[in-house]
Amino acid sequence: MQYLISVIDHRTASATDDEMAAIGTFNEQLVADGHWVFAGGLSAPSDATVIDGRGDGPPIFTDGPFLESKEYLAGFWVFEAPDLDVALKLAGAASKACNRRLEVRPFL
Amino acid sequence: MSDVEEVVTRAHREEWARVVASLAKRFGDLDIAEESAAEAFATAVERWPLDGVPPNPGAWLTTTANRKAIDRIRRENKRDDKQKEAQMSYDGPPEPLGVIDDERLRLIFTCCHPALAMETRVALTLRMVGGLTVPEIARAFFVQETAMGQRITRAKAKIKAARIPYRVPAAEDLPSRVSGVLAVLFLVFNEGYLATGPDTDPVRGELTVEAIRLTRLIRALLPADGEVAGLLALMLLTEARRTARVSQTGELVALDEQDRGAWDTAMIAEGHHLVRERLATRIAPGRYQILAAINAVHTSARDLRDTDWSQVVALYYQLARVDPSPIVALNRAIAVAELDGPEVALAIVDGLTDTLSGYHPYHATRADLLRRLGRSRESRAAYDAAIELSGNTAEIAYLTRRRDQLG
Repeated sequence: MQYLISVIDHRTASATDDEMAAIGTFNEQLVADGHWVFAGGLSAPSDATVIDGRGDGPPIFTDGPFLESKEYLAGFWVFEAPDLDVALKLAGAASKACNRRLEVRPFL
Repeated sequence: MSDVEEVVTRAHREEWARVVASLAKRFGDLDIAEESAAEAFATAVERWPLDGVPPNPGAWLTTTANRKAIDRIRRENKRDDKQKEAQMSYDGPPEPLGVIDDERLRLIFTCCHPALAMETRVALTLRMVGGLTVPEIARAFFVQETAMGQRITRAKAKIKAARIPYRVPAAEDLPSRVSGVLAVLFLVFNEGYLATGPDTDPVRGELTVEAIRLTRLIRALLPADGEVAGLLALMLLTEARRTARVSQTGELVALDEQDRGAWDTAMIAEGHHLVRERLATRIAPGRYQILAAINAVHTSARDLRDTDWSQVVALYYQLARVDPSPIVALNRAIAVAELDGPEVALAIVDGLTDTLSGYHPYHATRADLLRRLGRSRESRAAYDAAIELSGNTAEIAYLTRRRDQLG
């Protein structure tokens, strides 16, 4: 079972050196324990482009995010975990490592 | 009620959680467990009056619910994996006897998972473990039946999709998880002891009895946990006074006017025993143990004047250190009024206006203190505010009489 761990922030690429080091150590442990799937930081929503290809014509491209909000998805992990308790425990350690609030959601 | 109806009612009270828990374990799905258990009880209502009550109602209900569950899975065309899965666990080695209780505990801990909102935990526990119907739970929480149904459905869907595990948490997580379970059980108990809605009985014995039963279950499995013992003692010492608490005319009877002869002495004895047992451990008590100790002092007194108020006030100071909430400060003020007089208490209560002006016991307490100080006009206004904010019919009747007795 995989879980998406969203990093909630109002800035992007804002981690300090200490935070980056803590994230690195945490990620190594994730790999060692078999929970690692993927992780990455995202650039700011202002860099986003929304694409709408639902109509008959060519896709329409729009500058900006699909949702304006003060806080947004600044990065994410994908964990492999047998159940929510394990995912929550890992997310607790992840939140401490990156010093940000996180949201956990299961993949279908 | 006919004999058979009584047997069904008792079986529902005693066997519901066991049936749901055993199905939840076998099928790994709370929806299937709950709906099949409900169908099995409905079948019992139809069949037992005709066929007679089976020699072992619990086993009959479990077997019937299992069959209903398999029928349901077959209907839903999930035959391949789910049925195979169920068959596998069915063919497994026989479980030792004590595990049945563990199943119910797993169910409680699943319903009280910290990933669910507190109000959802309470609702789900009442439904899955307590066997209350959705309309009953909706009434207890004064919300629409459809809204409550949706809340429970959403919670079950989250348990399934997020894969909230069906298990008692690991030893190191237990202390933090138990506190959530106890909070849920205390809420269930309090809703029964002073129902918040105007359209239910003012005191709901089925909720208080259920909360006590579930707390006993937790206690049997965690006998060394002081707060579990404390909560059980608190519930018993409070429940012991239930029958004396509402008059024949449906009015709430305050502690000073209660017929102490109507208190349940067996429950008081058990509560006192638990409190003494905790005191003997000399381990610093938590919130529930201190509340239980306060209630032990109240239930030791022959009448209100005989109450050891200095002991009660000291315990409230101890409680305020553990739980520095304004509600604790308000309750402490009520005890202070008995020890140091209403004027001292009123000064404390007036200091709580900012945080508690929406809480009806704040106004009721002020009204009583002002009455004792002879400040009738202000007292009347405070009673009006309390009546306005209270939803409990028995309490409104009590406050109204008190207000109308003012000179």
